[in-house]
Amino acid sequence: MQQTALSLHIPEPAARPGDEPDFSRIAIPPPGALPRPPVDSPAVQLRDYAYGLVRVLDQRGQAVGEWDPRLEPDLLRKGLRAMMLTRAFDERMLRAQRQGKTSFYIKSTGEEAVSVAQAMALDRGDMLFPTYRQQGLLVARDWPLLDLMCQVYNNSGDRLKGRQLPIMYSSREAGFFSISGNLGTQFPQAVGWAMASAYKHDTRIAAAWVGDGTTAEGDFHYALTFAAVYRAPVVLNVVNNQWAISSFQGFAGGEETTFAARAIGYGLPGLRVDGNDFLAVYAVTRWAAQRARSNLGPTLIELYTYRAAAHSTSDDPSKYRPEHEAEKWPLGDPVGRLKQHLIAIGEWSEERHAALAAEVEEEVKAAQKQAESLGTLGSEPASPGTMFEDVFKEMPWHLRKQRQEAGL
Amino acid sequence: MPTMNMVQALNSAMDVMLSRDPNVVVFGEDVGYFGGVFRCTAGLQQKHGVTRVFDTPICEGGIIATAIGMGVYGLRPVAEVQFADYILPAFDQLVSEASRLRYRSGGEFWAPITVRAPCGGGIFGGQTHSQSPEAIFTHVSGLKTVMPSNPYDAKGLLISAIEDDDPVIFLEPKRIYNGPFDGHHDRPLTSWARHPQSEVPEGYYQVPLGKAAVVREGSAATVLAYGTMVHVALAAVAESGVDAEVIDMRTLFPIDVDTIEASVKKTGRCVVVHEASRTSGYGAELITLVQERCFYHLEAPPQRVTGWDTPYPHAFEWHYFPGPDRVRQALLRVMED
Repeated sequence: MQQTALSLHIPEPAARPGDEPDFSRIAIPPPGALPRPPVDSPAVQLRDYAYGLVRVLDQRGQAVGEWDPRLEPDLLRKGLRAMMLTRAFDERMLRAQRQGKTSFYIKSTGEEAVSVAQAMALDRGDMLFPTYRQQGLLVARDWPLLDLMCQVYNNSGDRLKGRQLPIMYSSREAGFFSISGNLGTQFPQAVGWAMASAYKHDTRIAAAWVGDGTTAEGDFHYALTFAAVYRAPVVLNVVNNQWAISSFQGFAGGEETTFAARAIGYGLPGLRVDGNDFLAVYAVTRWAAQRARSNLGPTLIELYTYRAAAHSTSDDPSKYRPEHEAEKWPLGDPVGRLKQHLIAIGEWSEERHAALAAEVEEEVKAAQKQAESLGTLGSEPASPGTMFEDVFKEMPWHLRKQRQEAGL
Repeated sequence: MPTMNMVQALNSAMDVMLSRDPNVVVFGEDVGYFGGVFRCTAGLQQKHGVTRVFDTPICEGGIIATAIGMGVYGLRPVAEVQFADYILPAFDQLVSEASRLRYRSGGEFWAPITVRAPCGGGIFGGQTHSQSPEAIFTHVSGLKTVMPSNPYDAKGLLISAIEDDDPVIFLEPKRIYNGPFDGHHDRPLTSWARHPQSEVPEGYYQVPLGKAAVVREGSAATVLAYGTMVHVALAAVAESGVDAEVIDMRTLFPIDVDTIEASVKKTGRCVVVHEASRTSGYGAELITLVQERCFYHLEAPPQRVTGWDTPYPHAFEWHYFPGPDRVRQALLRVMED
């Protein structure tokens, strides 16, 4: 019998620098194609949602189908504003990094609907366990930009006392868990928080985020296992923005299946949603939150989007993907699509949009001015003597001694 | 006062804390219905209910991660890792998360978790059921590490650990769960019943973290030990005829350096004993502190008696285990100069 010589498969994205962007492999079902199932549907009846794509906004900006959350125009405008504010904030902070005012920055451009719509779909008391690309959660919760900027600048207004890499925010008051920088660790922690909430007969739920790349980490699977076993009231989100630094999502195992489909093996509902469709993201998150709040357990949501900017200020995407890939993303831009929708329903105009753009720009500028009056990285840091604090609740002798030794 | 072995004392500590504080939850592999493979949680689920004492998936990373999340919520989780050897899948959650959460969040979030794990050899557990990983935790900023040597301390220290607002690694030397073992493996087993430290109050009490105990006063040399090795050290001292002071570290971090310093300055000689392997072990830190603080009082180079720098070999367990003969020889060596 003739034997086949084996060959090793190394995943390769459809296009690389110099190629035309190619999204032909991506199947995009029409908006409204999937019905909205009752929140108490058994997971086994929801398997199609792991392979489909919940979409609400059509090409003309109309909301179609059962998933339309029928939000008030005021709420939509609030969402639009938060997305635009997030984008303007990102632009400013990127520029500040380029000007040497801080060491590092991460933008969320193109993914603003993920954090903003999700924050708005959750309750204010729900606990958020984000990655470093969900600054929109804080913006949507009206957290002051000044506070974020002080952290980015590690200046004297930095509540984290200069200890954290820029953008690794933390705010107990905003219900926003301290960002680690280690990928995925927050996912099972969110499950633990949700288990505690259930144990205490609380009504608050938890939500957590990871990227497509991090689904390969053990922590992702720990989280799904524990969430399923204890039916934890948690919404688990995978932001599939196609790229993990330079590795396309095929390296996380996305070539032959979806990330939402990971849920099926755990007996959980997995829903895939157009991550650039504000209404769809809001609706699906609301559905999962309602399910969790009704003691029906966790949901895995795959937010299908595209990382329009670099991973961070430390990489150059033109070295690993086609230059204009972001513009060719078939699901468009979340800000543009919500704007189009608001105009289509007669609740917005180009003029109002331009005015809002100018307004958020001014807001960011004003916050930046204020933040910089408290210093930028290296200029006026929090007192270095504080670096020995908070290692433990009370400082042990050896740290007191080391602080002395350091002359602080 | 009732007599308890280590298992009963640990069980009693968790029972007391479950009764006192509704935020205490206890969980781990086989911990709930069955009561733990070493029986430390026996009866607790029955008494306190399934949502307070429960079984978990075989997933140490998930056990510690969920404990951290519960701690952030406001609970006081007591998580068991079935063997200290199995703690490594949870290492990232302990080293990068639990230990730094308070620091990195500017004091806004913390994880008041207690991680219990049976450690050490002497039960023919082979290389994956015998290790003493204390030094990899004492090296981490933000973790406290504890190892009791007797039932009274075990209960009081565990209560302190549960009430502590910092993460505590609580290592339980499994060889002495049921009796004080002095390293003479060829002799009949002794039970805790006749040991003074087996008298354990039924109710609440604390043994403070960060305080060592002088378990034998002496003037000729100081032996620093913890866990099972306290008993080995006491046997070795008795057999050597050297009037050595034996200090039980109890809490490995933060280190009670004052007790060490006072003793070594008095005796001028020091032997450090641990079961874990030698290089970069906890003993290295102890001896450094002794050198830094007591150098001009030393009459002889400090000695360390440890497990060898090999994995724990199943069939050669007693060749690996630093028994009383090796400790006795080190004592005699340190007395030579």
